[in-house]
Parts: sequence; C-alpha cells; structure tokens
Amino acid sequence: MNNRIDRRFQALAGKRRSALIPFLTAGDPDPGWTVDIMHSLVAAGADVLELGVPFSDPAADGPVIQAASERAISKGVSLSLVLKMVSEFREQDQDTPVVLMGYLNPIERYGHAEFARAAQAAGVDGILLVDCPPEEMAHLGGELDEYGLYPICLVAPTTTAERMKKIASQARGYIYYVSFKGITGANRLESTSLDKPMAELRAVCDLPLAVGFGIKGPESAAAVADVADGVVIGSALIEQLAGAGSQAEACSLASDFLAPIREAMDNSRL
Amino acid sequence: MSTETEFATAPSFEPDQQGHFGPYGGTYVSETLIHAHEELKEAYFRWRQDDEFMARLDADLAHYVGRPSPIYWARRLTEVAGGARILLKREDLNHTGAHKINNTVGQALLADYMGKSRIIAETGAGQHGVASATVAARLGKSCVVYMGEVDIHRQAINVFRMKLLGAEVRSVTSGSRTLKDALNEAMRDWVTNVDDTFYIIGTVAGAHPYPVMVRDFNAVVGREARRQMLAEHDTLPDALVACVGGGSNALGLFHPFLGDQDVAMFGVEAAGHGLHTKEHAASLCAGRPGVLHGCRTYLMDDDAGQIQHTHSVSAGLDYPGVGPEHAWLKDTGRAQYVGITDDEAMQAFHQLTRLEGILPALESSHAVAYAMKLAAEMRPDQTVLVNLSGRGDKDVQTVAELEGISL
Repeated sequence: MNNRIDRRFQALAGKRRSALIPFLTAGDPDPGWTVDIMHSLVAAGADVLELGVPFSDPAADGPVIQAASERAISKGVSLSLVLKMVSEFREQDQDTPVVLMGYLNPIERYGHAEFARAAQAAGVDGILLVDCPPEEMAHLGGELDEYGLYPICLVAPTTTAERMKKIASQARGYIYYVSFKGITGANRLESTSLDKPMAELRAVCDLPLAVGFGIKGPESAAAVADVADGVVIGSALIEQLAGAGSQAEACSLASDFLAPIREAMDNSRL
Repeated sequence: MSTETEFATAPSFEPDQQGHFGPYGGTYVSETLIHAHEELKEAYFRWRQDDEFMARLDADLAHYVGRPSPIYWARRLTEVAGGARILLKREDLNHTGAHKINNTVGQALLADYMGKSRIIAETGAGQHGVASATVAARLGKSCVVYMGEVDIHRQAINVFRMKLLGAEVRSVTSGSRTLKDALNEAMRDWVTNVDDTFYIIGTVAGAHPYPVMVRDFNAVVGREARRQMLAEHDTLPDALVACVGGGSNALGLFHPFLGDQDVAMFGVEAAGHGLHTKEHAASLCAGRPGVLHGCRTYLMDDDAGQIQHTHSVSAGLDYPGVGPEHAWLKDTGRAQYVGITDDEAMQAFHQLTRLEGILPALESSHAVAYAMKLAAEMRPDQTVLVNLSGRGDKDVQTVAELEGISL
C-alpha cells in the first residue's frame, strides 16, 4: 500500500472513524502562511488535506473560493509554488495525504508528465480535477499512474447508476460525492438525502466515500460522518481564514474552526 | 420552404462521439453537468432528424428571423479596395440585427421540445443576450442573461433592450468582468438549476454538443450563401472572410464550403492594439492549446496557465478562447486566421458606412477591414464573400466615445 490515502483510510476504518478533509486554497490569505495552516489543521484533527490550486476561471466554485483564488493569483501563487508548499509541508509531515484540487489548464501548461513527476517528488498523493471527467483523463491519467498519484473522481446527484460503475472502475483513493446540484459553498445540504446515493455507490464501489459541498460546521459534519467515510469542508474554512491578520492568527483560526468539527464527528460515531 | 433544413456536413470535419475535433473539443465539465450534456446531446441529435422539428425551425427562420438574408455586392467598397469584388452576406438584416438569432431560435425550439421552462445565456456585446431574451419572450419562458460588469457599461443600449424583452440581466463582477466571466457565472447557474433550465450558449465553444449544435444552427448562413452565389453570381466565392471571437458566424459561413477546396477561408481575430502587445484577443493567431469552458482549444493564458485578460474595441470579440473546430481548421490548414487591430476595424467601420450606407457592428468591421486588404491582392474577376454578421447601431455610443464626441 504505497499511497498515503489508502494507508490513512485503512487506519481510520480500523478505528471506525470518518476522515475529516479540510480544503484550503493554496496561498490564501497569504502564500507564506499556507504550510503552517496545513500543520495546524492536521493538529486539530484533519486526516486528509485538499489543497486548492488557484485558477482564473473556477466555474464550479462559489463566490468564497472564487475570491480566494483571485487573491492567491494576485499574490503570485502558481501550480509550481503550490508544489513547493507541499514539499515544505512534507519536511515535517510524512503521513497526512495531500490532494491537489483544481482545474486542468494549469497542468496543461506545466505538462502532464512534468507535472506528475514534480507532484510525486513534492509528496502529493492525489489529484482532483473539477473540469476533467474520466472520459478526458486518458493521457493525464496514464502519467499520474506512472508516478503513483491517485485520480480522485467526483460523483454527483445527477450521475447515473451506469456511470457510477464506470467512475468506480477508474477512481483511486476515495470517491468525492458532491452533495447537491450546485457550486461550492452553497447552503443546501440535507444529510438525509445522502442515504440513497451512498447506498448506490457502495453497491458498485469499494473505495471510501467522502462527501463535500455545503458542509458548514460541527452539526452538518457530524450528520454526514454518520453516512460517509469522509467529510470535506472548504468554503466555511476559507471564510474563517479570510479575516486573519497574521500567520499566527490564521493558524489559530484554522484550528479553532476544525477542532469542534472533529469532536462532533467523533462523538456522533460513538 | 425558403431555407434548406438538412444539416448536411462534410464528414471529415465531424467530431467523434465525445465531440473531439482532432485533439480539440471534448467534454471538460464538472461531473454535475455531465448528465445535462448527455441529455442535450441525445435531444439534439434526435430532434435534428425530426421532420416536424426541422419544419418549425425552417418556418421560424423564414418568418421570424427574416431569412434568407441577401448577398450584396459592395461596389464602391470594392472600388476603394481595388481588386476582387467584395460581396456582403447581410446577416445584419436579420431580426435583432445579427447572426446570433439563427442559433437562439434553434436552441429555444430545442428547449421547448425538451420541456425546459427557464433559459439562461451569457453575453459579451449583448447581441446574444438580446437574441436569447427575444426567443424567450416569444416562447413565454423566463430568461436570465449573465453579462460582465465592464460589458454592461459599454453596451448599455443592449442591456436596456434585454430588459424591455423581459429578461433579467445579472451583472458579473468576478475576474475580468467580461464575457469569459459571464460564461463561468452561467455555468454556475446551470449546475444549480439543471433540472428546469436550458443554457443557450452563444458561440461554437463549450463542451460537446454545443460546438456542433451552434455551428449547425448558424450553418444556414453558409448554405444560403452557397446557393445564392451559384444562382446569382454563377460561381462560388474565391475567399470567405468572417470575424472570429468564439467563432459562430465564421463557422456558420465556412462549414457548408469546407468540401469546396477552391474556396479559401479567413477568420479574422481582434488584434486590439496589435499582436505584438498583450492587448488583443487573438487566441488562434497568438495563443496556444489549453482547456477552458468545457473544451480543449487555443486560448490566451500566462505561463502558469491562468487565463489572461483580453482586449478588443469590440465586446463580441473580447474572449480569450475560440471554438474548438476553428482550432482544428487552423491546424489542418483548411482555414487561415489573421488579426485586425482596433484602428483598422474603426477605419473599415467608417468606410463601409460612408461608401455603402451600411453601419456594421464593430465585430463585423474586423472582417470588412481584412476583406479590403485581401481583395487588393486579388484579381478583379475574383470574389471575396464577407459575413457581415451584425449591424452597428449598438456600437454608436462606443464609436462616439472613442472619437471624443459627446452625444
């Protein structure tokens, strides 16, 4: 089991614990703070980190992540800088899986093979590309595989049963279930609506199932943790961080935000 | 019937099942929208073979749009250019004043057949927004048009037209606040309201089947032109010229001629302040392949893969990508792509207005400018057919401001 994502979910399954997966836009609010915020999130109970690679045209994201991306780009954050951040994170943390989440064009510009090599060298474990469905992954997917990087696939409420099977056959690491029809950060999640898709997915897929979009805090996270193997929280965290005036403040905001969520998730599983 | 209904196309220029034109095109969208594209693909390829659907489309094009549009021989313009005969395909005479209506009439009819009650659209110059609001009004559907804040300011008349037609115009303040950002916002709306909403994309970009569908609906321009040339001028044109932003009017004209090897094709991009500057919108002339808005195509980005801001005097050409079929036509050499600067376009705008009494859209003025250059290098017995894709009434404010005239 070479990939940190597999190892982490395996360990969590043993403890009957759901993974807490915070998402933050790399370089926001400040490029120099990201690595320390990542460590703070891990200390507060994060199991997997999703690091957003800022893109100028984030068509699947809501206003919070759009604004975070614009801020990061304006401060010079690029895919190569994000890889440097992961390398730096790995100097102190060899175990927490890191998934890069973003859009295809920055990788197109970097070069598929060059990117896969550099991402592996930096210590990245998985790649989630919002605008690259499995059908279009043939070339990049081969390169990722070559370097042991997992393609993390999305499944949505509009995904047909037949398509779920196809996605399940290509996905590695975990499945990211998009909890509703909409963009990131919208406030529409009802965890009861998750029972059916989770059951459908489990019937065709052995991978852990993480749920994201619309999870705001301890209560919604705990409800999702009851039915899913992982809980992704993005926009709500980024909103918290946006108010930070210093690195120390950003780190304590991150940890104050995440710790109660961890606690609520663990309690709901007892 | 006054217009041909069949979508006969050159087989070698059709995309594969997933919408790939060579390495370009495809379906680069989020998982939530995959089903919507599948549904649209199924509906489109089904209904375009249906006699009743096509008869209704034909009737709309004839009696509502006002087709066929004439081909006009611009004699005085030809004289000034000095060379080949310059002919204009008068899409500016269509209802709502541009070629855009050909596509929106088709997509709105499809929305109706699919039972969608709500229409959304993005717009740059406002022409596609007006054309979408128009067909929504006619079919009694609600309509939301996304438009960049910058474009709202430079196209105030079209914004008011859309509102008169009952559409809600939503100002987009993210990113560069122009067409590309309006597209992002429309995608976000669609992903949220996918059950009852039909997204009318205004150009031959986006994910499959949009590039094919928008091309097919606009190809009535080229089919008519081909027939008119043979009937009225006893020959096919030696060259076709059309402006290219996303590229729908160009592809509409080019496509039915693709099999005619002797017909040269020139797509004219906005060179803004010059291709040597960063202030232009010429993705085919000066960009490179990448992925944006659902498809792989030529685009303008920086070394980190961030999409760059573009510039053109004409809002309708101010877009950093281009339809994937154009990317393929460029690579295969079947069509050539050139740039015309703001200044050259403005000069052509005035020339056509004063010489022929036709006030062209600033977008179309780019095509006119290049056609004059091209004609000058050709013989008087040759012909250049220009797609005069829209009329310039919407641009008079912009022209006045540029020339320091207060109205």
